[in-house]
Amino acid sequence: MRDATDLLADLAAGRRSVRSVVDGCLERIALLDADLQAFASVHTDEARERADALDAELAAGRAPGPLFGLPVAIKSNLCVRGHESNCGSRMLDGYRAPYTATAVQRLLDAGAVLVGTTHMDEFAMGSSGENSSFAVTRNPWDRTRAPGGSSSGSAVAVAAEMVPLALGSDTGGSVRQPASFCGVTGFKPTYGAVSRYGLVAFGSSLDQVGPIARSARDVEAALAVLCGADEHDSTSLRDYRFESDAGDGFEGLRIGLPAPFFGDAVDRDVRASVEAAVDVFCERGAKVEIVELPFTELAVPTYYVLATAEASSNLARYDGVECGRRADGDGSLAGMFAATREAGFGPEVKRRILLGTYVLSSGYYDAWYGRALAVRDRLRSEFARVFERCDLLLGPTYPTPAFSLGTAEADPVAVYQADVLTVPASLAGLPAASVPCGRVAREGADLPVGLQLIGPARGDARVLAAARAFQSASDHHHASPTATHEGAR
Amino acid sequence: MSDDTELVRRMAALAHLDVTDREVEDLGRQFADILSAFEALTRADLEGDPADAEPSGTPLRPDVERPSLAREEALANAPRTADGFFSVPKTIGGQS
Repeated sequence: MRDATDLLADLAAGRRSVRSVVDGCLERIALLDADLQAFASVHTDEARERADALDAELAAGRAPGPLFGLPVAIKSNLCVRGHESNCGSRMLDGYRAPYTATAVQRLLDAGAVLVGTTHMDEFAMGSSGENSSFAVTRNPWDRTRAPGGSSSGSAVAVAAEMVPLALGSDTGGSVRQPASFCGVTGFKPTYGAVSRYGLVAFGSSLDQVGPIARSARDVEAALAVLCGADEHDSTSLRDYRFESDAGDGFEGLRIGLPAPFFGDAVDRDVRASVEAAVDVFCERGAKVEIVELPFTELAVPTYYVLATAEASSNLARYDGVECGRRADGDGSLAGMFAATREAGFGPEVKRRILLGTYVLSSGYYDAWYGRALAVRDRLRSEFARVFERCDLLLGPTYPTPAFSLGTAEADPVAVYQADVLTVPASLAGLPAASVPCGRVAREGADLPVGLQLIGPARGDARVLAAARAFQSASDHHHASPTATHEGAR
Repeated sequence: MSDDTELVRRMAALAHLDVTDREVEDLGRQFADILSAFEALTRADLEGDPADAEPSGTPLRPDVERPSLAREEALANAPRTADGFFSVPKTIGGQS
Protein backbone atom coordinates (compact mmCIF):
# COMPACT_ATOMS: atom_id res chain seq x y z
CA MET A 1 0.00 0.00 0.00
CA ARG A 2 1.24 3.45 -0.88
CA ASP A 3 1.31 5.69 2.17
CA ALA A 4 0.50 9.37 2.64
CA THR A 5 4.14 10.41 3.00
CA ASP A 6 4.99 9.31 -0.55
CA LEU A 7 1.78 10.82 -1.87
CA LEU A 8 2.47 14.15 -0.13
CA ALA A 9 5.89 14.38 -1.78
CA ASP A 10 4.32 13.90 -5.22
CA LEU A 11 1.56 16.41 -4.51
CA ALA A 12 3.85 19.14 -3.19
CA ALA A 13 6.19 18.71 -6.16
CA GLY A 14 3.28 18.92 -8.60
CA ARG A 15 3.97 15.43 -9.98
CA ARG A 16 0.32 14.59 -9.30
CA SER A 17 -2.56 17.04 -9.18
CA VAL A 18 -4.72 17.20 -6.07
CA ARG A 19 -7.75 16.77 -8.31
CA SER A 20 -6.49 13.48 -9.73
CA VAL A 21 -5.75 12.13 -6.23
CA VAL A 22 -9.13 13.24 -4.86
CA ASP A 23 -10.94 11.81 -7.90
CA GLY A 24 -9.08 8.53 -7.34
CA CYS A 25 -10.39 8.39 -3.75
CA LEU A 26 -13.94 9.25 -4.83
CA GLU A 27 -13.88 6.52 -7.48
CA ARG A 28 -12.67 3.97 -4.98
CA ILE A 29 -15.38 4.98 -2.51
CA ALA A 30 -17.98 4.64 -5.28
CA LEU A 31 -16.62 1.20 -6.12
CA LEU A 32 -16.34 -0.25 -2.63
CA ASP A 33 -18.42 1.59 -0.13
CA ALA A 34 -21.87 0.27 -0.99
CA ASP A 35 -20.51 -2.99 0.34
CA LEU A 36 -18.12 -1.89 3.10
CA GLN A 37 -20.24 0.99 4.49
CA ALA A 38 -17.33 3.04 5.83
CA PHE A 39 -18.70 6.47 4.92
CA ALA A 40 -21.61 8.26 6.56
CA SER A 41 -21.34 11.12 4.05
CA VAL A 42 -19.14 11.83 1.04
CA HIS A 43 -18.52 15.50 0.18
CA THR A 44 -17.95 14.95 -3.53
CA ASP A 45 -18.51 18.44 -4.94
CA GLU A 46 -16.83 20.26 -2.08
CA ALA A 47 -13.78 17.99 -2.20
CA ARG A 48 -13.40 18.50 -5.96
CA GLU A 49 -13.78 22.27 -5.66
CA ARG A 50 -11.17 22.40 -2.93
CA ALA A 51 -8.82 20.14 -4.94
CA ASP A 52 -9.06 22.50 -7.92
CA ALA A 53 -8.43 25.50 -5.68
CA LEU A 54 -5.35 23.86 -4.17
CA ASP A 55 -4.01 22.95 -7.64
CA ALA A 56 -4.49 26.58 -8.67
CA GLU A 57 -2.67 27.81 -5.57
CA LEU A 58 0.33 25.59 -6.27
CA ALA A 59 0.38 26.68 -9.92
CA ALA A 60 0.38 30.31 -8.74
CA GLY A 61 3.50 29.63 -6.69
CA ARG A 62 2.01 29.45 -3.21
CA ALA A 63 4.03 27.24 -0.84
CA PRO A 64 2.18 23.99 -0.06
CA GLY A 65 1.20 23.20 3.53
CA PRO A 66 2.52 20.06 5.26
CA LEU A 67 -0.58 18.03 4.28
CA PHE A 68 -1.06 19.72 0.91
CA GLY A 69 -3.73 17.97 -1.13
CA LEU A 70 -4.07 14.95 1.16
CA PRO A 71 -7.58 13.44 1.10
CA VAL A 72 -8.84 12.74 4.64
CA ALA A 73 -11.95 11.27 6.23
CA ILE A 74 -13.16 12.04 9.73
CA LYS A 75 -15.23 10.12 12.23
CA SER A 76 -18.73 11.55 12.42
CA ASN A 77 -18.33 12.65 16.05
CA LEU A 78 -16.06 15.48 14.87
CA CYS A 79 -17.81 18.71 13.98
CA VAL A 80 -17.40 20.39 10.61
CA ARG A 81 -19.29 23.63 10.16
CA GLY A 82 -22.37 23.15 7.98
CA HIS A 83 -21.98 19.39 7.71
CA GLU A 84 -23.82 16.62 9.49
CA SER A 85 -22.06 15.17 12.56
CA ASN A 86 -24.54 12.53 13.64
CA CYS A 87 -22.25 10.55 15.95
CA GLY A 88 -23.76 7.32 14.67
CA SER A 89 -26.95 8.14 16.58
CA ARG A 90 -30.58 8.64 15.63
CA MET A 91 -30.53 11.29 18.35
CA LEU A 92 -28.33 13.52 16.17
CA ASP A 93 -29.70 12.51 12.76
CA GLY A 94 -29.55 15.67 10.68
CA TYR A 95 -27.51 17.68 13.22
CA ARG A 96 -25.34 20.22 11.38
CA ALA A 97 -22.50 21.62 13.43
CA PRO A 98 -22.27 25.42 13.68
CA TYR A 99 -18.48 25.29 14.08
CA THR A 100 -15.47 23.16 13.10
CA ALA A 101 -13.46 20.97 15.49
CA THR A 102 -9.93 22.22 16.11
CA ALA A 103 -8.38 18.91 14.98
CA VAL A 104 -10.26 19.09 11.67
CA GLN A 105 -9.44 22.78 11.21
CA ARG A 106 -5.75 22.06 11.72
CA LEU A 107 -5.83 19.39 8.98
CA LEU A 108 -7.59 21.80 6.63
CA ASP A 109 -5.18 24.64 7.44
CA ALA A 110 -2.30 22.28 6.56
CA GLY A 111 -3.80 21.69 3.10
CA ALA A 112 -5.82 18.49 3.59
CA VAL A 113 -9.00 17.87 1.59
CA LEU A 114 -12.01 16.60 3.55
CA VAL A 115 -13.59 13.79 1.54
CA GLY A 116 -16.29 12.74 3.99
CA THR A 117 -17.36 11.52 7.41
CA THR A 118 -17.27 7.92 8.58
CA HIS A 119 -19.64 5.55 10.36
CA MET A 120 -19.03 4.74 14.00
CA ASP A 121 -20.58 3.03 17.00
CA GLU A 122 -23.22 5.31 18.49
CA PHE A 123 -21.58 8.04 20.59
CA ALA A 124 -18.30 6.07 20.26
CA MET A 125 -19.61 3.28 22.50
CA GLY A 126 -18.69 -0.12 21.13
CA SER A 127 -15.91 -2.17 19.64
CA SER A 128 -17.58 -3.73 16.61
CA GLY A 129 -19.07 -0.86 14.60
CA GLU A 130 -22.46 -2.55 14.93
CA ASN A 131 -23.86 -0.02 17.38
CA SER A 132 -24.31 2.58 14.66
CA SER A 133 -27.92 3.65 14.07
CA PHE A 134 -27.23 3.92 10.35
CA ALA A 135 -25.02 1.16 8.97
CA VAL A 136 -23.06 -1.98 9.73
CA THR A 137 -19.52 -1.38 8.53
CA ARG A 138 -17.73 -4.50 7.29
CA ASN A 139 -14.14 -5.61 7.69
CA PRO A 140 -12.44 -5.54 4.25
CA TRP A 141 -10.35 -8.61 5.20
CA ASP A 142 -13.52 -10.67 5.73
CA ARG A 143 -16.90 -9.09 5.27
CA THR A 144 -18.59 -11.38 7.73
CA ARG A 145 -16.40 -9.93 10.48
CA ALA A 146 -16.47 -6.70 12.48
CA PRO A 147 -14.06 -3.91 11.55
CA GLY A 148 -13.67 -3.07 15.23
CA GLY A 149 -14.88 0.11 16.83
CA SER A 150 -15.84 2.60 17.64
CA SER A 151 -13.84 4.28 14.82
CA SER A 152 -15.05 1.54 12.46
CA GLY A 153 -15.54 3.57 9.29
CA SER A 154 -12.28 5.48 9.64
CA ALA A 155 -10.24 2.26 9.96
CA VAL A 156 -12.02 0.65 7.00
CA ALA A 157 -11.67 3.76 4.83
CA VAL A 158 -7.88 3.59 5.29
CA ALA A 159 -7.57 -0.22 5.10
CA ALA A 160 -9.56 -0.40 1.85
CA GLU A 161 -7.45 2.44 0.41
CA MET A 162 -10.39 4.82 0.05
CA VAL A 163 -8.36 7.55 1.81
CA PRO A 164 -4.73 7.58 3.01
CA LEU A 165 -5.55 9.23 6.37
CA ALA A 166 -8.56 9.36 8.67
CA LEU A 167 -9.31 10.72 12.12
CA GLY A 168 -10.89 8.61 14.81
CA SER A 169 -11.34 9.09 18.53
CA ASP A 170 -10.11 6.80 21.27
CA THR A 171 -11.71 6.69 24.72
CA GLY A 172 -10.83 3.11 25.69
CA GLY A 173 -9.24 1.78 22.48
CA SER A 174 -11.56 3.05 19.74
CA VAL A 175 -8.70 3.98 17.39
CA ARG A 176 -6.28 1.19 18.28
CA GLN A 177 -8.67 -1.77 18.22
CA PRO A 178 -10.22 -1.10 14.77
CA ALA A 179 -6.71 -0.35 13.46
CA SER A 180 -5.68 -3.78 14.76
CA PHE A 181 -8.73 -5.52 13.18
CA CYS A 182 -8.23 -3.79 9.82
CA GLY A 183 -4.43 -4.04 9.53
CA VAL A 184 -3.64 -0.31 9.64
CA THR A 185 -1.67 1.96 11.97
CA GLY A 186 -3.69 3.79 14.62
CA PHE A 187 -2.55 6.11 17.36
CA LYS A 188 -3.99 7.48 20.59
CA PRO A 189 -1.95 10.53 21.61
CA THR A 190 -1.08 11.54 25.19
CA TYR A 191 -4.23 12.91 26.84
CA GLY A 192 -4.31 16.63 26.07
CA ALA A 193 -1.91 16.51 23.11
CA VAL A 194 -4.73 17.06 20.61
CA SER A 195 -7.63 19.43 21.27
CA ARG A 196 -11.04 17.89 21.97
CA TYR A 197 -12.87 21.07 20.91
CA GLY A 198 -15.56 19.98 18.47
CA LEU A 199 -15.29 16.30 19.38
CA VAL A 200 -18.68 15.16 20.69
CA ALA A 201 -17.98 14.24 24.32
CA PHE A 202 -18.26 10.67 25.64
CA GLY A 203 -15.79 10.29 28.55
CA SER A 204 -14.13 13.69 28.77
CA SER A 205 -11.22 12.61 30.98
CA LEU A 206 -10.37 9.83 28.49
CA ASP A 207 -11.36 11.00 24.99
CA GLN A 208 -8.56 11.77 22.52
CA VAL A 209 -8.66 12.39 18.78
CA GLY A 210 -6.24 10.08 16.98
CA PRO A 211 -5.10 9.46 13.41
CA ILE A 212 -5.41 6.21 11.45
CA ALA A 213 -3.06 5.72 8.50
CA ARG A 214 -1.05 3.15 6.55
CA SER A 215 2.26 3.78 8.29
CA ALA A 216 3.74 5.23 11.46
CA ARG A 217 5.48 7.96 9.48
CA ASP A 218 2.07 9.06 8.16
CA VAL A 219 0.80 9.25 11.73
CA GLU A 220 3.83 11.36 12.61
CA ALA A 221 3.05 13.74 9.74
CA ALA A 222 -0.55 14.06 10.94
CA LEU A 223 0.40 14.49 14.56
CA ALA A 224 2.85 17.29 13.76
CA VAL A 225 -0.21 19.19 12.50
CA LEU A 226 -2.79 18.01 15.06
CA CYS A 227 -0.88 18.56 18.33
CA GLY A 228 -0.90 21.87 20.10
CA ALA A 229 -2.57 23.96 22.75
CA ASP A 230 -6.10 25.19 22.12
CA GLU A 231 -7.76 27.91 24.15
CA HIS A 232 -11.10 26.19 23.50
CA ASP A 233 -10.02 23.04 25.38
CA SER A 234 -8.85 23.63 28.95
CA THR A 235 -7.38 20.10 29.06
CA SER A 236 -5.15 20.62 26.03
CA LEU A 237 -1.49 20.66 27.08
CA ARG A 238 -0.21 24.22 27.07
CA ASP A 239 3.48 23.58 26.54
CA TYR A 240 3.58 20.51 24.34
CA ARG A 241 4.56 20.21 20.72
CA PHE A 242 5.06 17.04 18.73
CA GLU A 243 8.38 16.66 16.96
CA SER A 244 9.18 13.34 15.39
CA ASP A 245 12.19 11.53 16.78
CA ALA A 246 14.86 11.10 14.09
CA GLY A 247 16.58 8.03 15.63
CA ASP A 248 16.26 4.52 14.21
CA GLY A 249 14.30 3.58 17.33
CA PHE A 250 16.01 0.27 18.12
CA GLU A 251 19.50 0.61 19.62
CA GLY A 252 19.44 0.72 23.40
CA LEU A 253 15.64 0.69 23.51
CA ARG A 254 14.41 -0.82 26.79
CA ILE A 255 11.07 -2.53 26.24
CA GLY A 256 8.80 -3.80 28.98
CA LEU A 257 6.43 -6.68 28.30
CA PRO A 258 3.53 -6.36 30.78
CA ALA A 259 2.90 -9.86 32.12
CA PRO A 260 -0.92 -9.48 32.02
CA PHE A 261 -0.71 -8.70 28.28
CA PHE A 262 0.61 -12.17 27.51
CA GLY A 263 -1.81 -14.22 29.61
CA ASP A 264 -4.26 -16.96 28.71
CA ALA A 265 -6.97 -14.49 27.73
CA VAL A 266 -4.91 -13.68 24.62
CA ASP A 267 -5.43 -15.89 21.55
CA ARG A 268 -2.43 -18.17 21.02
CA ASP A 269 -1.84 -17.10 17.40
CA VAL A 270 -2.13 -13.42 18.32
CA ARG A 271 0.46 -13.99 21.04
CA ALA A 272 2.77 -15.74 18.56
CA SER A 273 2.57 -12.81 16.11
CA VAL A 274 3.40 -10.34 18.86
CA GLU A 275 6.26 -12.50 20.13
CA ALA A 276 7.69 -12.60 16.59
CA ALA A 277 7.57 -8.79 16.61
CA VAL A 278 9.45 -8.76 19.93
CA ASP A 279 12.17 -10.79 18.20
CA VAL A 280 12.43 -8.12 15.49
CA PHE A 281 13.12 -5.52 18.19
CA CYS A 282 15.61 -7.76 20.03
CA GLU A 283 17.57 -8.73 16.91
CA ARG A 284 18.20 -5.05 16.28
CA GLY A 285 19.52 -4.10 19.68
CA ALA A 286 16.49 -3.57 21.91
CA LYS A 287 16.44 -5.09 25.41
CA VAL A 288 13.27 -6.61 26.78
CA GLU A 289 12.08 -7.52 30.27
CA ILE A 290 8.82 -8.73 31.77
CA VAL A 291 7.15 -6.08 33.93
CA GLU A 292 4.36 -6.42 36.47
CA LEU A 293 1.40 -4.05 36.39
CA PRO A 294 -0.94 -5.55 39.01
CA PHE A 295 -3.57 -2.82 38.83
CA THR A 296 -4.23 -3.56 35.15
CA GLU A 297 -6.35 -6.45 36.49
CA LEU A 298 -8.84 -3.82 37.62
CA ALA A 299 -8.51 -1.69 34.50
CA VAL A 300 -11.71 -2.91 32.81
CA PRO A 301 -14.11 -2.28 35.72
CA THR A 302 -12.31 0.99 36.49
CA TYR A 303 -12.64 2.12 32.91
CA TYR A 304 -16.32 1.15 32.61
CA VAL A 305 -17.21 2.88 35.86
CA LEU A 306 -15.44 6.13 34.95
CA ALA A 307 -16.37 6.19 31.25
CA THR A 308 -20.05 5.44 31.88
CA ALA A 309 -20.21 7.96 34.74
CA GLU A 310 -18.83 10.64 32.45
CA ALA A 311 -21.09 9.50 29.60
CA SER A 312 -24.22 9.66 31.75
CA SER A 313 -23.33 13.26 32.54
CA ASN A 314 -22.22 14.25 29.03
CA LEU A 315 -25.25 12.68 27.34
CA ALA A 316 -27.71 14.39 29.72
CA ARG A 317 -27.68 17.29 27.25
CA TYR A 318 -29.61 15.29 24.63
CA ASP A 319 -33.13 16.07 25.74
CA GLY A 320 -34.90 17.26 22.59
CA VAL A 321 -34.49 20.97 23.38
CA GLU A 322 -31.38 22.43 21.74
CA CYS A 323 -30.69 19.95 18.98
CA GLY A 324 -31.56 16.59 17.51
CA ARG A 325 -34.81 14.67 17.44
CA ARG A 326 -37.74 15.26 19.77
CA ALA A 327 -40.48 12.85 20.84
CA ASP A 328 -43.41 14.46 22.65
CA GLY A 329 -44.21 11.65 25.08
CA ASP A 330 -47.11 12.51 27.39
CA GLY A 331 -46.84 16.20 26.52
CA SER A 332 -45.14 17.29 29.76
CA LEU A 333 -41.56 18.59 29.84
CA ALA A 334 -40.27 15.57 31.79
CA GLY A 335 -42.25 13.23 29.55
CA MET A 336 -40.75 14.89 26.47
CA PHE A 337 -37.20 14.42 27.85
CA ALA A 338 -37.73 10.74 28.64
CA ALA A 339 -39.53 9.90 25.39
CA THR A 340 -36.91 11.74 23.32
CA ARG A 341 -34.09 9.84 24.99
CA GLU A 342 -35.91 6.50 24.68
CA ALA A 343 -36.45 7.03 20.95
CA GLY A 344 -33.06 8.58 20.20
CA PHE A 345 -30.57 6.30 21.99
CA GLY A 346 -29.71 2.72 21.02
CA PRO A 347 -29.35 -0.19 23.46
CA GLU A 348 -25.62 0.11 24.19
CA VAL A 349 -25.89 3.84 24.92
CA LYS A 350 -28.86 3.24 27.23
CA ARG A 351 -26.97 0.48 29.03
CA ARG A 352 -24.01 2.78 29.64
CA ILE A 353 -26.12 5.77 30.69
CA LEU A 354 -27.88 3.59 33.26
CA LEU A 355 -24.63 2.07 34.51
CA GLY A 356 -23.09 5.55 34.78
CA THR A 357 -26.16 6.82 36.62
CA TYR A 358 -25.89 3.89 39.02
CA VAL A 359 -22.20 4.37 39.90
CA LEU A 360 -22.78 8.07 40.55
CA SER A 361 -25.97 7.66 42.56
CA SER A 362 -26.34 8.12 46.29
CA GLY A 363 -25.34 4.98 48.18
CA TYR A 364 -23.19 3.56 45.38
CA TYR A 365 -20.89 6.49 44.58
CA ASP A 366 -18.15 5.70 47.08
CA ALA A 367 -18.10 1.97 46.41
CA TRP A 368 -17.88 2.36 42.64
CA TYR A 369 -17.00 5.80 41.31
CA GLY A 370 -14.80 6.82 44.25
CA ARG A 371 -12.89 3.56 44.16
CA ALA A 372 -12.47 3.72 40.39
CA LEU A 373 -10.87 7.15 40.73
CA ALA A 374 -8.51 5.76 43.37
CA VAL A 375 -7.57 2.74 41.25
CA ARG A 376 -6.91 5.04 38.31
CA ASP A 377 -4.38 6.93 40.47
CA ARG A 378 -2.72 3.65 41.48
CA LEU A 379 -2.51 2.57 37.85
CA ARG A 380 -0.94 5.88 36.85
CA SER A 381 1.68 5.47 39.59
CA GLU A 382 2.37 1.93 38.51
CA PHE A 383 2.98 3.02 34.91
CA ALA A 384 5.20 5.90 36.10
CA ARG A 385 7.36 3.46 38.07
CA VAL A 386 7.65 1.04 35.13
CA PHE A 387 8.69 3.88 32.83
CA GLU A 388 11.61 4.68 35.14
CA ARG A 389 13.33 1.59 33.76
CA CYS A 390 11.58 1.03 30.42
CA ASP A 391 11.29 3.32 27.42
CA LEU A 392 8.20 1.60 26.06
CA LEU A 393 5.74 -1.16 26.80
CA LEU A 394 4.80 -3.69 24.16
CA GLY A 395 1.97 -6.21 23.84
CA PRO A 396 -1.01 -7.12 21.69
CA THR A 397 -3.63 -4.44 20.98
CA TYR A 398 -6.56 -6.84 21.41
CA PRO A 399 -6.82 -10.43 22.65
CA THR A 400 -8.21 -11.75 19.35
CA PRO A 401 -8.29 -10.98 15.63
CA ALA A 402 -11.54 -9.55 14.20
CA PHE A 403 -14.58 -11.38 15.55
CA SER A 404 -17.69 -12.22 13.51
CA LEU A 405 -20.46 -9.67 13.10
CA GLY A 406 -23.30 -10.42 15.48
CA THR A 407 -21.21 -11.76 18.36
CA ALA A 408 -20.81 -8.53 20.35
CA GLU A 409 -24.46 -8.01 21.28
CA ALA A 410 -24.78 -11.60 22.49
CA ASP A 411 -22.45 -11.07 25.45
CA PRO A 412 -21.76 -7.43 26.37
CA VAL A 413 -19.74 -8.36 29.45
CA ALA A 414 -17.29 -10.47 27.43
CA VAL A 415 -16.91 -7.60 24.96
CA TYR A 416 -16.15 -5.17 27.80
CA GLN A 417 -13.61 -7.61 29.28
CA ALA A 418 -11.78 -7.83 25.94
CA ASP A 419 -10.84 -4.14 26.27
CA VAL A 420 -8.35 -5.20 28.94
CA LEU A 421 -5.30 -4.40 26.77
CA THR A 422 -6.36 -0.95 25.54
CA VAL A 423 -8.00 0.66 28.58
CA PRO A 424 -4.89 0.80 30.81
CA ALA A 425 -3.19 3.40 28.56
CA SER A 426 -6.49 5.30 28.34
CA LEU A 427 -6.90 5.49 32.12
CA ALA A 428 -3.32 6.69 32.54
CA GLY A 429 -3.54 9.19 29.66
CA LEU A 430 -0.59 7.57 27.87
CA PRO A 431 0.25 7.58 24.15
CA ALA A 432 -0.27 4.22 22.45
CA ALA A 433 -0.05 2.94 18.90
CA SER A 434 -1.44 -0.14 17.18
CA VAL A 435 0.76 -1.38 14.34
CA PRO A 436 0.14 -4.40 12.07
CA CYS A 437 2.48 -7.24 13.12
CA GLY A 438 1.19 -10.30 11.28
CA ARG A 439 -1.88 -12.20 10.19
CA VAL A 440 -3.66 -15.30 11.38
CA ALA A 441 -5.87 -17.72 9.45
CA ARG A 442 -9.46 -18.07 10.65
CA GLU A 443 -12.08 -20.06 8.73
CA GLY A 444 -10.46 -19.35 5.40
CA ALA A 445 -9.86 -15.66 6.10
CA ASP A 446 -6.52 -13.97 6.59
CA LEU A 447 -6.93 -11.59 9.55
CA PRO A 448 -4.50 -8.89 10.72
CA VAL A 449 -3.01 -8.76 14.22
CA GLY A 450 -2.05 -5.50 15.93
CA LEU A 451 0.99 -4.84 18.08
CA GLN A 452 0.48 -2.20 20.76
CA LEU A 453 3.28 0.14 21.82
CA ILE A 454 2.66 2.28 24.90
CA GLY A 455 4.88 5.18 25.99
CA PRO A 456 5.11 7.50 28.98
CA ALA A 457 3.01 10.68 28.99
CA ARG A 458 4.37 13.07 26.35
CA GLY A 459 6.35 10.19 24.84
CA ASP A 460 4.30 10.26 21.60
CA ALA A 461 7.41 10.73 19.45
CA ARG A 462 9.15 7.82 21.15
CA VAL A 463 6.22 5.48 20.53
CA LEU A 464 5.98 6.47 16.89
CA ALA A 465 9.75 6.26 16.31
CA ALA A 466 9.65 2.65 17.55
CA ALA A 467 6.60 1.95 15.38
CA ARG A 468 8.37 3.46 12.37
CA ALA A 469 11.52 1.43 13.14
CA PHE A 470 9.43 -1.75 13.32
CA GLN A 471 7.84 -0.92 9.97
CA SER A 472 11.26 -0.32 8.41
CA ALA A 473 12.18 -3.86 9.49
CA SER A 474 8.90 -5.57 8.54
CA ASP A 475 6.31 -5.40 5.77
CA HIS A 476 3.06 -6.23 7.58
CA HIS A 477 1.80 -2.66 7.12
CA HIS A 478 2.10 -3.02 3.32
CA ALA A 479 -0.41 -5.88 3.24
CA SER A 480 -3.73 -5.06 1.60
CA PRO A 481 -6.98 -6.95 2.18
CA THR A 482 -7.61 -9.26 -0.76
CA ALA A 483 -11.35 -8.88 -0.19
CA THR A 484 -10.97 -5.31 -1.44
CA HIS A 485 -9.91 -6.58 -4.84
CA GLU A 486 -12.78 -9.02 -4.95
CA GLY A 487 -15.04 -6.07 -4.30
CA ALA A 488 -13.62 -4.40 -7.38
CA ARG A 489 -15.07 -7.03 -9.73
CA MET B 1 -40.30 -7.75 40.04
CA SER B 2 -36.69 -8.68 40.83
CA ASP B 3 -34.23 -6.36 42.56
CA ASP B 4 -32.34 -5.91 39.30
CA THR B 5 -35.34 -4.78 37.28
CA GLU B 6 -36.39 -2.45 40.11
CA LEU B 7 -32.86 -1.00 40.10
CA VAL B 8 -33.03 -0.45 36.33
CA ARG B 9 -36.37 1.36 36.68
CA ARG B 10 -34.95 3.63 39.39
CA MET B 11 -31.85 4.47 37.35
CA ALA B 12 -33.94 5.07 34.23
CA ALA B 13 -36.07 7.57 36.14
CA LEU B 14 -32.94 9.37 37.40
CA ALA B 15 -31.53 9.45 33.85
CA HIS B 16 -34.80 10.74 32.30
CA LEU B 17 -35.02 7.67 30.12
CA ASP B 18 -38.24 5.86 29.28
CA VAL B 19 -37.64 2.12 29.11
CA THR B 20 -39.99 -0.53 27.81
CA ASP B 21 -40.83 -3.61 29.90
CA ARG B 22 -38.76 -5.70 27.52
CA GLU B 23 -35.76 -3.38 27.96
CA VAL B 24 -36.13 -3.50 31.73
CA GLU B 25 -35.96 -7.31 31.63
CA ASP B 26 -32.87 -7.35 29.37
CA LEU B 27 -31.10 -4.53 31.14
CA GLY B 28 -31.82 -6.00 34.57
CA ARG B 29 -30.12 -9.24 33.61
CA GLN B 30 -27.18 -7.44 32.00
CA PHE B 31 -26.84 -5.10 34.97
CA ALA B 32 -26.51 -8.06 37.29
CA ASP B 33 -23.88 -9.66 35.01
CA ILE B 34 -21.87 -6.46 34.67
CA LEU B 35 -21.88 -5.61 38.37
CA SER B 36 -20.89 -9.12 39.28
CA ALA B 37 -18.04 -9.13 36.73
CA PHE B 38 -16.81 -5.78 38.06
CA GLU B 39 -17.18 -6.58 41.74
CA ALA B 40 -13.41 -6.97 42.27
CA LEU B 41 -13.17 -3.19 42.05
CA THR B 42 -15.18 -2.78 45.25
CA ARG B 43 -12.81 -5.14 47.09
CA ALA B 44 -9.49 -3.75 45.79
CA ASP B 45 -6.74 -3.19 48.32
CA LEU B 46 -6.05 0.54 48.15
CA GLU B 47 -3.74 0.91 51.14
CA GLY B 48 -0.98 3.50 50.81
CA ASP B 49 -0.76 6.68 48.75
CA PRO B 50 -0.20 6.81 45.01
CA ALA B 51 2.74 9.12 45.69
CA ASP B 52 3.82 9.81 42.15
CA ALA B 53 0.45 10.27 40.48
CA GLU B 54 0.65 13.29 38.21
CA PRO B 55 -0.90 16.40 39.67
CA SER B 56 -3.80 17.65 37.63
CA GLY B 57 -5.27 21.12 37.41
CA THR B 58 -7.38 23.23 35.16
CA PRO B 59 -5.72 26.26 33.63
CA LEU B 60 -7.85 29.39 33.69
CA ARG B 61 -8.10 32.14 31.08
CA PRO B 62 -9.14 35.74 31.68
CA ASP B 63 -12.90 36.14 31.82
CA VAL B 64 -13.35 38.50 28.89
CA GLU B 65 -16.37 39.01 26.68
CA ARG B 66 -16.01 37.48 23.23
CA PRO B 67 -18.24 36.93 20.23
CA SER B 68 -20.32 33.75 20.40
CA LEU B 69 -22.67 31.94 18.03
CA ALA B 70 -25.29 34.13 16.38
CA ARG B 71 -28.79 33.44 17.72
CA GLU B 72 -30.04 31.95 14.46
CA GLU B 73 -27.05 29.59 14.35
CA ALA B 74 -27.62 28.49 17.93
CA LEU B 75 -31.28 27.78 17.16
CA ALA B 76 -30.71 26.18 13.76
CA ASN B 77 -30.61 22.59 15.09
CA ALA B 78 -33.48 22.95 17.58
CA PRO B 79 -36.52 20.75 16.95
CA ARG B 80 -38.85 23.63 17.88
CA THR B 81 -38.32 27.36 18.30
CA ALA B 82 -40.56 30.36 18.91
CA ASP B 83 -39.70 34.06 18.64
CA GLY B 84 -35.97 33.43 18.76
CA PHE B 85 -36.11 31.01 21.70
CA PHE B 86 -36.06 27.25 22.22
CA SER B 87 -39.64 26.08 22.59
CA VAL B 88 -40.56 23.39 25.17
CA PRO B 89 -43.82 22.11 26.69
CA LYS B 90 -45.43 24.34 29.29
CA THR B 91 -43.73 23.88 32.67
CA ILE B 92 -45.75 26.11 34.97
CA GLY B 93 -49.38 25.52 35.68
CA GLY B 94 -49.45 22.26 33.75
CA GLN B 95 -48.16 18.77 34.27
CA SER B 96 -44.50 18.41 35.18
